Amino acid sequence: MAILLIAEHDNSVLKPATLHALTAAQEIGGEIDILVVGVGCAAAADHASKVAGVRKVLLADNAVYDHEIAENVAALVVDVAAGYDHLIAPAVSNAKNFMPRVAALLDVGQISDVIKVESADTFQRPIYAGNAIATVQSLDTVKVLTIRATGFDAAPAEGGSAGIEVLGQVLDAGVSRLVSEEMAVSDRPELTSARVIISGGRGMGDKAHFDMLDKVADKLGAAVGATRAAVDAGFVPNDMQIGQTGKIVAPELYIGVGLSGAIQHLAGMKDSKVIVAINKDEDAPIFQVADYGLVADLFEAVPELEKAL
Amino acid sequence: MKVLVTVKRVIDYNVKVRVNADQTDVDLKNVKMAVNPFCEIAVEQAVRLKEAGKASEIIVVSMGAKAAQEQLRTALAMGADRAIHIESDETLESLSVAKILAKIVAEEAPGLVLMGKQSIDTDNNQTGQMLAALTGLAQGTFVSGVEVGENEVQVVREIDGGLQTLALKLPAVLTVDLRLNEPRYASLPNIMKAKKKPLDVKTPADYGVEVKANTRLLKVTPPPERQAGIKVASVAELVDKLKNEAKVI
Repeated sequence: MAILLIAEHDNSVLKPATLHALTAAQEIGGEIDILVVGVGCAAAADHASKVAGVRKVLLADNAVYDHEIAENVAALVVDVAAGYDHLIAPAVSNAKNFMPRVAALLDVGQISDVIKVESADTFQRPIYAGNAIATVQSLDTVKVLTIRATGFDAAPAEGGSAGIEVLGQVLDAGVSRLVSEEMAVSDRPELTSARVIISGGRGMGDKAHFDMLDKVADKLGAAVGATRAAVDAGFVPNDMQIGQTGKIVAPELYIGVGLSGAIQHLAGMKDSKVIVAINKDEDAPIFQVADYGLVADLFEAVPELEKAL
Repeated sequence: MKVLVTVKRVIDYNVKVRVNADQTDVDLKNVKMAVNPFCEIAVEQAVRLKEAGKASEIIVVSMGAKAAQEQLRTALAMGADRAIHIESDETLESLSVAKILAKIVAEEAPGLVLMGKQSIDTDNNQTGQMLAALTGLAQGTFVSGVEVGENEVQVVREIDGGLQTLALKLPAVLTVDLRLNEPRYASLPNIMKAKKKPLDVKTPADYGVEVKANTRLLKVTPPPERQAGIKVASVAELVDKLKNEAKVI
């Protein structure tokens, strides 16, 4: 069997989500190739070639793949798909955008957000915002999968020496054009790979109060997240949202501050190893999943926590 | 320009979903059903485009059992002009749905297709992308801003790490995200009017699409329960527990 893993990368290195998806590929079993597609991404291909257990790295480095425009990336993946039994990618926004296209163009289905590999054709995935887990068998000859990073440990990023094959295909559908991108700039770790996350909800009350969480985050080397309610209230930008419709995280330590624990939010963080809840409402549902609950006014507890660290 | 909108009938988002006794699916008996929230946002956007004079007609499509006509009536009451129901008692997976939609797109030639980014039952997030691939139309997913121009539509997309603005050639397929708009409630007179709006009933076979299963659902199980832990009395106790018991800081 052969598996093609389409990498998520930042042009210089593979992003952690790729290494989590690699573990899923290894559990499926077979020869694993990694496709690195983008523009100016040769360094990321170098990184991929050093990952243990990879047969070869395919590199498609061309302006038409800038920002991983779905039409063009999907066309490339379909073009190199022959000979692979599984096409897999981490369930990040890029792959969520292009992978279903790949499946449709190959006339097969896609199994989204795989959290467990039972066999080469049978997988577990959450449905109903994680309120149920479906075990699904693929009936297609080619399996197109996206992998939820929190379901798998990250594979080691070194120990390999795969060759890099440069692809020459330039596939441009010419139907879409990038106008602009506004990316949040932060020195903090990314939410989806942070070891510690401190997150605020509607109870934070105001944009300015997130400074208190920032200070705790600085001491813990943590990322700062938020609930949908906090995002909708305009306290923080949408890329900080954790939950069913935001980011799915599973850090070692998750500190939820002034958030009630709506199902929508729990779906995005309940696989965290240790959950701490700080809320003045002792009946808040977040306490039902928290390992350590502190019933307190966050405006007193959070500064005190910062001093105690 | 015609706008084609899709709506899916799903369990209402307020309902606490439970796995059924024989673990073959979630319990669908006597459960409140509703329009998938993302689809509702798509309908709202179409109605706003019509109100702004950018859309001439809104056609709403749903697939599945007869009961899906309730959700089509909801969309008609919100402001869609006519509906197409593709009746089928089979499970229609994303690819089959996309194939049928591709035929409807060919027949109706809409300038824009608006869909929810995912349905809150299967959480697949696939059908819009598949439709765009099958029709060769431009694709804009996870959209939280739409600006329709002459030959292009500009969309703001919610992506990991921020926002991306794309210009897409029309016609295009857009899948909408939560922050695009807040759907209106249908007024009583509009609900009454919706009952008289045209609703065509078709089958997948009418479009020459053979419904095929790409997957087999083997089992549905509840997620592992997470037990509540302890309450701590103070910040000092919390820090102590995190350092010495959980050993995470």
